[in-house]
Amino acid sequence: MTPIFDLNLLLTGTYHDWLLSGLITSLSLTGISLALALHLAIIIALVRLSPVKLLQWSGFAFVEAIRNVPLLAHMLFWYFGAPELLPTALREWLYARNVEATSAIIALTLYTAAYMSEDVRSGIRSIPGQQFEAARALGFSFVASMRLVVLPQALRVTIPPLISQTLNLWKDTSIATVIGVAELMYQAAKVESASFRSFEAFAFASACYLGMSLLITGAAAWYQGRFPVRAA
Amino acid sequence: MIELIDTYWLYFLVGQYPHGPLGGLALTLILAVLGLLFAFPLGLVFGIARVSPWRSVRWPVSALIQIVRGTPLLMVVFWAYFFLPSLTGQNTDQFWTMLVALVVFDAAYLAEIIRAGIQALGKGQTESARSLGFSYLVAMRLVILPQVVRNMLPSLVNQFVSTIKETSLGYIIGLTEVSFIATQINTQVLTRPAEVYLLLGLTYFILCFGLSRFAFWLERHLQQRTMAKAHA
Repeated sequence: MTPIFDLNLLLTGTYHDWLLSGLITSLSLTGISLALALHLAIIIALVRLSPVKLLQWSGFAFVEAIRNVPLLAHMLFWYFGAPELLPTALREWLYARNVEATSAIIALTLYTAAYMSEDVRSGIRSIPGQQFEAARALGFSFVASMRLVVLPQALRVTIPPLISQTLNLWKDTSIATVIGVAELMYQAAKVESASFRSFEAFAFASACYLGMSLLITGAAAWYQGRFPVRAA
Repeated sequence: MIELIDTYWLYFLVGQYPHGPLGGLALTLILAVLGLLFAFPLGLVFGIARVSPWRSVRWPVSALIQIVRGTPLLMVVFWAYFFLPSLTGQNTDQFWTMLVALVVFDAAYLAEIIRAGIQALGKGQTESARSLGFSYLVAMRLVILPQVVRNMLPSLVNQFVSTIKETSLGYIIGLTEVSFIATQINTQVLTRPAEVYLLLGLTYFILCFGLSRFAFWLERHLQQRTMAKAHA
């Protein structure tokens, strides 16, 4: 007789390997998208704060266009829609590789960057304008005063909201299952359909999502204790 | 693109209705409205329990909220999909599965909004109500909650935007909401995935952007009213 909760299924064997490879894929999706999104977020925030009206407006349009559409629709577009717009040679090159993961990373990066850019922007705005003006008066260019004077101060205030966006990113990777990326949720469903052990498979996935979420929340709490926000 | 809209607009809006079940954009909206409607009272109870003076109430509810917030919505949907039937003893269709998942998920997020609202109000309100002889529950109902709910109206509208976006996950369990219908249309047309999914994105955008602008306006409006009151 099989036990009600078969722990062995999770600890050894094929199903264990599937679930573990899913976890690793989920973690890599998070890592790669986070690295890309952080850079993009800073660029978008700077574009939105630039003195040029057209740039400000296009930054606003970009952020709103992305935030007001569900991630699932982004994924479907980047997976099914976007490759059709590419020239044939490039498309074939892409299909020979991991097109699912690429589409997922593009969608996750854009989605996360749109949210993060708002956090970075409010972080920059919390730095008194005189800091920027003083840097400009000392002869720094717009980009240099941002990079050397404003951003280092702003990022310190911005880290806690960015950590909470990272938590959202971690949870959002689960949606990549829709376009067939073999991440944690996908593998859990695969184990479920192969073994009918739905409880074990979903318990494993839930525990992974929850454990990682708790780690990220813990990191945020640690950061706020270690680097409390100083009154400017 | 025009002929695409011309051929499929009705299917996109209501699915196969009246010759089949209601679907499409109409189903998305119904699901979002019902989801928020049921989640609100539950979130209210959870939110009050979160700041309850009794530990035996505060701790289990806090744990539950942390667990839900640390798990992707998709995970909650899967749990509901596989275990709701064995819990209720009868087959649950996709609509109710999705609705239950949305209510549980949104209630946890609403609870945090309500908790923050109660804490932002300050202790003085509860203390003066209590010293006037109101019981704890009556003080909550007559003094605290009316103020909290008024202050959180903009957050509620924003939560509604999130709920609309969340309904897209119904796609995964085969619920015929608008993303699912878009994919159906895409399989029928076959040659224009980019256009189909752009239209899907545009639909979500118009809906959600309009609502989030409304939330923004509401926030301004309430702020001005509070300020006018303070001056009067």
